[in-house]
Amino acid sequence: MSLSISLSINGAARDIVLDDVRVTLLDLLRERLALPGTKKGCDRGQCGACTVLVNGQRVNSCLTLAATLDGATVTTIEGLAQGDRLHPVQQAFLEHDGFQCGYCTPGQIMSAVGLIAEGHAGDDADRIREGMSGNLCRCSAYRGITEAVQDATRRMTAQAAEDAA
Amino acid sequence: MPDTLDRTIRFGSNSGQPMTRRDGIAKVTGAATFTADNTPDNVLHAVYVPATIARGRVTSLDVAAAEAHPGVTHVLTPANRPHLHGDPEAKPTMFSFRIEVLQDDTVRYAGQPVAMVLGETLEAATEGARLLAPTYEMAPPRVDLDRAEPYDVEPGGFGRPTGASHGDIDAGHRAAVKSVDVTYSTAPQYHNAMETHAIVAAWDGDKLHLDVPTQALSMSCAAYASFFDIPVENVTINSPYLGGGFGSKAVPIGPNILAILAARMTGRPVKLMLTRQQMFGPTGHRGATRQRLRLGIDEDASLTVIDHDSLSETSSFDDFHEPAAGASQGLYAAGALRSVHRGARLDIGTPGAMRAPGEASGSAALECAMDEMAEAAGMDPLEFRLKNYAETEPGTGRPYSSKALRDCYLQGAERFGWAGRPLAPRQMRDENGLLTGWGMGTALFPCPMFMAEARATLRADGSALFETSAVDMGQGALTALAQIAADSLGLPVDNVEFRAGHSSLPDGGVAGGSGHTATAGGALHAAGSDVIRQLGEMAAADPASPLHGAGNASFVARHGRLYVDGDDSRSEPFADILSRAGGADLVGSGSASRPPETAAQYAMYSHGAVFAEVKVDPDLCQVQVTRLVGAFAAGRIINPKLADSQLLGGLIWGISFALHEEAHHDPVTGRIVNADFAGYHVPVNADVRGLEVLTVHEDDPHVNLLGIKGVGEIGIVGTVGAIGNAIWHATGHRIRRFPIRIEDLLKA
Ligand code: FES
Ligand code: FES
Repeated sequence: MSLSISLSINGAARDIVLDDVRVTLLDLLRERLALPGTKKGCDRGQCGACTVLVNGQRVNSCLTLAATLDGATVTTIEGLAQGDRLHPVQQAFLEHDGFQCGYCTPGQIMSAVGLIAEGHAGDDADRIREGMSGNLCRCSAYRGITEAVQDATRRMTAQAAEDAA
Repeated sequence: MPDTLDRTIRFGSNSGQPMTRRDGIAKVTGAATFTADNTPDNVLHAVYVPATIARGRVTSLDVAAAEAHPGVTHVLTPANRPHLHGDPEAKPTMFSFRIEVLQDDTVRYAGQPVAMVLGETLEAATEGARLLAPTYEMAPPRVDLDRAEPYDVEPGGFGRPTGASHGDIDAGHRAAVKSVDVTYSTAPQYHNAMETHAIVAAWDGDKLHLDVPTQALSMSCAAYASFFDIPVENVTINSPYLGGGFGSKAVPIGPNILAILAARMTGRPVKLMLTRQQMFGPTGHRGATRQRLRLGIDEDASLTVIDHDSLSETSSFDDFHEPAAGASQGLYAAGALRSVHRGARLDIGTPGAMRAPGEASGSAALECAMDEMAEAAGMDPLEFRLKNYAETEPGTGRPYSSKALRDCYLQGAERFGWAGRPLAPRQMRDENGLLTGWGMGTALFPCPMFMAEARATLRADGSALFETSAVDMGQGALTALAQIAADSLGLPVDNVEFRAGHSSLPDGGVAGGSGHTATAGGALHAAGSDVIRQLGEMAAADPASPLHGAGNASFVARHGRLYVDGDDSRSEPFADILSRAGGADLVGSGSASRPPETAAQYAMYSHGAVFAEVKVDPDLCQVQVTRLVGAFAAGRIINPKLADSQLLGGLIWGISFALHEEAHHDPVTGRIVNADFAGYHVPVNADVRGLEVLTVHEDDPHVNLLGIKGVGEIGIVGTVGAIGNAIWHATGHRIRRFPIRIEDLLKA
């Protein structure tokens, strides 16, 4: 059985013929659409490595069947920077050394972008830690991750204020 | 001789700078390509079936059902598995382990592969593997270390640690006016790098190309070649990034061999990525231990004896015994010292080296026992350790190549605010009524050096290329090694291209044992020095050069120019020397290893002191680590930013060891019941706060030419004990098993 879905992925419209309804969004991106930036760490919703934004919300793409996403907008790590200009969260991860091996990093960054958009954590370190706790980092770059999210939040808030003025 | 630092090494321009990771942009944009990110055309996906019992035999596999599933192309079982040249039960080298590659229907541990399915899609192969539905003839599994029959470990290199005995042990025990005799347990732990093991294998005739994460490129090439009876030069490995290694990605695992075999059998590239659950089987682990420590002190609180006996689990069919008792050697000045290793065989996968093998587990027990001894002596734990400070290596009497441990104690204590800590436990509460405790531990880790080679190419435009098959598994090799390389030529690091992570490059050695920066860095430095030497010869012989005739002097490189050492008025840009010689690239090579004389002469260790604060709910017994301060002396720090990250990661691994990680076996089937991240706990972001790392200045003229000791593992050592001791200080309860759980405190 095959089925067609339309997705907007990183700003580009994609019509996808799915020959298999078992395909998760994660495997669709990685194995079929040549977007391997999103990582698989557990394939069962326990690590956050596969975090992407679906309609602006952070989700575990390993727990999301692609077939359920017709019409959705998906943002992955590959779609975050504007050309050579890094997203403020990417820039902050780089500056605060918020990673070591880098494997959990796409998920951490997408999760942080989602968290900042949710707006509950602000730049409060404890709330950030809580809000980022769905993303495991075995290298344990947690201190840098927390600092990066704090810093990016402040920069983005300041930028938003400037844009509004 | 590395006694006097080579004067051409200038540190400070690149080395010592907190440079941002060179691979950072690739990693924050998703452009860094890990093994499983490669999907070659025409690829087949492999999924293996892990045994769900720990001991017995497979009696049936429903091959027909799997083969009938659309998209399944092949099913590999012991009945049809093609011939493999290498014997999986042989141990041709010291680092070889016995592996399972469908050689028969025996099951020797849960998680062992019993069949492999290939499919056109991952979904098809996954379903095919499920449809195989193995049945078993099951024997009672032996998975309880406390019921196993111990034996003495026969010393024999990697995985079979030697014991040691110095001084008169019995006299040490008799001389003790106070003593402790305690047994500590540590749990089985699984590496669980976020990137699971993976491989993409492709054959081209009798040439094999592999994308596979490995901590040891050239050793892996040799191992793979031997399994498939091809010359080692026919194997190419691409391993640009590892998504964490922690010791588990150094030796080939059985599933990888099966994937390569499948690729040869089908003539198509094969991709295999282990599931998270499969990371609890054939990929090695830190074996559980039971460690008995007997310590004694005299009237003066000087240690008369440290007697450390470690029992560790290994598999029923191979040897890797955690070298835990070794952690008691080399640290405290005891009159007599003994370490003994015993083993016990269980129906488990063979353990292996996991971040800080030996020291992490051994020091957990030792540092808690030291705390108990200090308590018996009525002394502050730090004062007790200073009292028993070793000025030379205990037992051997060898001098330390350097040892700034006293500075670590003092600076760490100062930063933590250790002074004024009440001696007795259960004295401190915070504003919310939580029991608060402070504990400490000493960290020690050896500084091995392996063997590495490197090549340096100075180009006509004055830029340089450095090459070695070093690997970056997160420690920052791509950055720190480039800094060392740039310094060897006196170039800014931006003028240096650095290639690593591929087997076609000169042998970068092993990323492990905290020795990679020292070893590969040493080789890079030697290669750069070789270029400088050749440049000097060219210039000295060239009448057109301002350096003409300076052949007896030595040369130094700075800012892309060659200078006569000690005479700044005589210098010339590299590019001019090269261009007069015709503009060809100048290639130098170098290698590094430790001279055996130096190894015999000095005791070489990194040191550290870790101070922990915990808070414990008096009713619910929940434990939080609220502060950790680690002060470390590890020789020259090449990149303080990356070294801090390594040390912080180590501290968090210490929290994990002390409070989180433990694999549980089901006694009936023998399988691990918590084999995923829901059940096998590692710290999340919310578990981590209040961490601080200090690096204490330390010059080491002996450890290696660059004075590097390594920081990858020592962060764990000391931390586990510090947390255990802080929990005692908060609650008054000595919990002698790790991880320390709420129920242990509730029952205490
Ligand atoms: S891969 Fe999706 S949460 Fe782990
Ligand atoms: S950076 Fe390695 S797992 Fe997070």
